[in-house]
Order: sequence, then C-alpha cells, then structure tokens
Amino acid sequence: MTMLPGPTPKKLGLAIDLDTCVGCQACVTACKGWNDQGYGAPLSDQNPYGADPSGTFLNRVHSYEVQPADAPAQLVNFPRSCLHCESAPCVTVCPTGASYKRAEDGIVLVNEDACIGCGLCAWACPYGARELDPAAGVMKKCTLCVDRIYNDNLPEEDREPACVRTCPTNARHFGDFADPDSKVSRLAAERGGFALMPDLGTKPVNRYLPPRRKGAAEASPLAPLLDIRATGLAGWLDRVLGKI
Amino acid sequence: MHPAPSVIVFTVLSGLGFGFLAFLGLGALPGHGPWHFALWVLGYALAVGGLLASTFHLGNPQRAWRAFSQWRTSWLSREGCAAVVTLILLAPVALGDLLPLGDLRLLGLLGAAMSLVTIFTTSMIYAQLKTVPRWNHPVTPLLFLGYAIAGGSILSGEGRIAVVACLILFLVLAASWRIGDRRFAEVGQSIGSATGLGDLGKVRVFERGHTAGNYLLHEMMFVVGRKHADRLRIIALAFSTLVPAALVVLGGPHWPVVVLATLCHILGALAQRWLFFAQAEHVVGLYYGMR
Ligand code: SF4
Ligand code: SF4
Ligand code: SF4
Repeated sequence: MTMLPGPTPKKLGLAIDLDTCVGCQACVTACKGWNDQGYGAPLSDQNPYGADPSGTFLNRVHSYEVQPADAPAQLVNFPRSCLHCESAPCVTVCPTGASYKRAEDGIVLVNEDACIGCGLCAWACPYGARELDPAAGVMKKCTLCVDRIYNDNLPEEDREPACVRTCPTNARHFGDFADPDSKVSRLAAERGGFALMPDLGTKPVNRYLPPRRKGAAEASPLAPLLDIRATGLAGWLDRVLGKI
Repeated sequence: MHPAPSVIVFTVLSGLGFGFLAFLGLGALPGHGPWHFALWVLGYALAVGGLLASTFHLGNPQRAWRAFSQWRTSWLSREGCAAVVTLILLAPVALGDLLPLGDLRLLGLLGAAMSLVTIFTTSMIYAQLKTVPRWNHPVTPLLFLGYAIAGGSILSGEGRIAVVACLILFLVLAASWRIGDRRFAEVGQSIGSATGLGDLGKVRVFERGHTAGNYLLHEMMFVVGRKHADRLRIIALAFSTLVPAALVVLGGPHWPVVVLATLCHILGALAQRWLFFAQAEHVVGLYYGMR
C-alpha cells in the first residue's frame, strides 16, 4: 500500500555523527554483508573481478572537504543511507504497492515480490538511497536491518543495525526519534542534528550530527628552531644570493 | 537522467497514439468500413505498442499487472488505469466501423477526453518529481499534451488544426527550454544543502565513496547524453513543429503528405524526448559533485 500511514507511534532511524566518522567504510561492508544473506534478494555484484566492477549497496560513505571562511579546511566523511522519511516520496510514487512505510515504526521497506523494478521510487528519492539490483530486477534499499532489530535469535547486543553495530568510532546510533528521551533524540537535540535537503518536504527521520568546529592548528613549540639563520660563509652566500 | 530508448519510444509512440485516438474519437476522418477501421488499428497499435515498449525497462515485467493497483497515490498507476479505460471506451466506437452499433458519438467524445487524461497522467509521472527540477513544472504537462495534439492532428490530416497545434507546440517547446534551463538554480538545492554542511563553509567533493559505477551514476547522472544539445534542440524544434506544419500547408490533405509530415514529427519528438531525459538533472548528483 503506497498510502503513507500518517504519524507513526515510533520513528526508528539513525543519528549519524559526522564529527567522529573516520570514513573507514566498515558500515558499508557490514551492511552489504548482512543484507546479502538476510532480507530479500542478495545484493549482487556485476563483473566483480573484471575491469569495470559495480554492485548494489544500501549504504555509501562519501568524503567532502569543507572550507570555512575563517578557519582551516576540514575533511568530513559522510555516510549516506535511507533516512526513512516521514513523508516519503518514494512510497507514494510506487505503482504496485511494493514500497511501503510501516505504520508501527515508520521503517520504509520494499516488498520484493510485488516490485516490478520500474525504478520510479529511486527517481523520487532525493538522497540516492535506493539502488535497483540488476540481477534480481527489484529495488533494494536500507531496511534499517529490520531482520536484526526485532530478532530474538540474536543476542541482545546484536539487535541493532549491522552498520551501527560495526562502526569502530560509534558514529552511527540507532533509536526511536518519536521518544524525546531516547539516545538518538537527545543526541540530535544536544548536537544540533539536522535533516538533509529539508526544503524538499520529505521530512527525514534520520539526523546528521554536525562536525565540531576545529580551531586553527596551534603553532608548534619547535617553530622558533625552524627559523635558522646561517652564519659565516653560508650566511654571506645567503645574503648575496638573496640580493641577486 | 538516463535517456532509456524504451522510455523514449514509449512516450513518443503512446503520446502520438492517444493523440490520434482522440481525434478519431472526436470524429475526425469520418468514414466506415474496413479501411476506416484500419485507422483505428493504427491508433491502437501506436498507443499499445508504446505501453508495451515501456515494460522493456522493467526489472520484472511479468508482474506489470500490479501497477494498476495504486491509483490513489501513484501517477504511474493512474496512467496505466487511464490508458486501459480509454482503450476500452473507444473499442465500441472503433468496432462501429465494421458492425452496425448505432450512434456512438458520445462514447467517442468520452474516449477522446480520456485520451487526453491519459497523456496528462503520463506527463505527471515526470512533473511530480521534486528531485528533478527541470521536470517539476507545469510546462511538462503542457509539453506532453502539446505533442499529443500536434501529432494526432497531423496524422489525422486535420490540416488547419495541425498548423495551429504545431505553432503552439513551437512556443511551448521554446518555453520549456527557457524555463527548464533555470529550474535547478531556482529550486536552490546545492552540495551545501544536500550534505547539510553548507553553513560551515564551502563544500567540495573530496572522494566519491566508490570508485566503481553504480545504479545512481548510470540512471541519474547520465551526463554524456548532453553532448550536441544545441543541435538536437534545433532538430527537435524544426522537425516536430515547423517542417510538418509547412508540409501540411504546402502539400494539402493527401496521404503521402500526411505520412511524411507524421514521420518528420516523430523524428523531432524523438530528439526532444532524448533531451528531455538527458538534460534533466537529479538532485542526487549533488552528492557526487555532478549534475
Ligand atoms: S531516504 Fe529516500 S528511500 Fe529513504 S524514505 Fe526517504 S525518500 Fe524514501
Ligand atoms: S521499482 Fe519497485 S518499489 Fe520502486 S516504484 Fe517501481 S514497483 Fe515500486
Ligand atoms: S540499517 Fe542495516 S540496511 Fe540500513 S544502512 Fe545500516 S546496515 Fe544497511
């Protein structure tokens, strides 16, 4: 059903910390690994050992350089996966009812048995969160690891998304944004978590925590030693050559 | 956006087909008998052939029937439903050429109206997408309707209507490019808003995150198709509007003229549709520093 369910009692999603993400791509690998064997069709690779390999991923990590006007440039690593939008345009455009948003927790999923692989939902998503799997011909997207977070067969500490569980710097946090006291809600409130391209009206659930402002690097205590003044013959040469 | 041949052929042929069916439904080309029925067959072949072509780009075309189910929210689903309703409404009118089915003018009128509704739903599949600013504008439905009416009137030999429709299409086309070229900037999304880092400073792509290609790059950042855009625009403008209009005026209502004018119009429409996709920029390109 491609009608949106309206406000959901839970709003499960991720808070992604752009300050601590080191761009190691561990979440990309963990996501691909977990989702290759769980929910729906495996994430296929095309020509994996050839000259022009490509493949389907549900999570990608970009790197950007940010140059503030009055401070040194910063490198920001930027994980990009589905934001489980409240007003998800990918859901309403779907002609088959394959794309849907769960009424109970707001997770946006694709019922692969109904998907015809028309690709319209990927066109409708501003964030590039959907990739059509060329082998299966169905749309793949982040499931918020729905087959982990409610999975009683897993030990309790593993009942969170694979990307969150694997992140070595704890840059990805999973929780319920509808609960103002949840870890993710508090993180977003304290750190000024923001939504991506809010003007497009998608109302993303996920929040990004901005990189902390870094000051200019302090001058090294050894700096005075670098200012070497030559004496003697070398000093004379230095002065003469400097004048030519 | 990737100009997939199946989608280009689909929108051009089904647009022309439904335009032609609308004119037949309105009683253009009055007549009876098997030869007249053949015209209906042509209209149906164009419309249905176009719809079938569109299933070639599906990952799982065997489930295409499911696409009729979500008409409450999805323009793509509405398009499928509208197309089927139109084809069913006009079927008795077409058969009326062979069988004595009585006066079917009202049904023809309804079918003609539904043909235009079908074209409108097709155009809204593109016009609804906020992610593609060039398409996300009322000029997109005007463009599709303009093509259907111009194509339908040329093919049905309605000389005077065809000339007017071609001239209107000329203006709509020119307007669509003028407006379209400004749309991305107008909507105002940037690498800064896409990453949310714009408030901190100037954002530049440092690394794309993957060296290999992917679905997004191929489907939504198809920049190679934009080569020769200026020349294609001239071809589109000339062949879909001016050339057929001139042929109709100079050649008169003879079938070789009609066929030639229609072929010219189709050529122009194909060029226009290529550009419609190739020049459309998706906001996801911002993440890759591409448009
Ligand atoms: S991020 Fe994209 S795929 Fe995910 S819910 Fe939002 S619009 Fe849909
Ligand atoms: S690709 Fe599948 S999920 Fe996406 S809009 Fe088409 S049918 Fe729906
Ligand atoms: S929540 Fe699961 S599916 Fe989504 S990006 Fe993380 S690992 Fe991938």
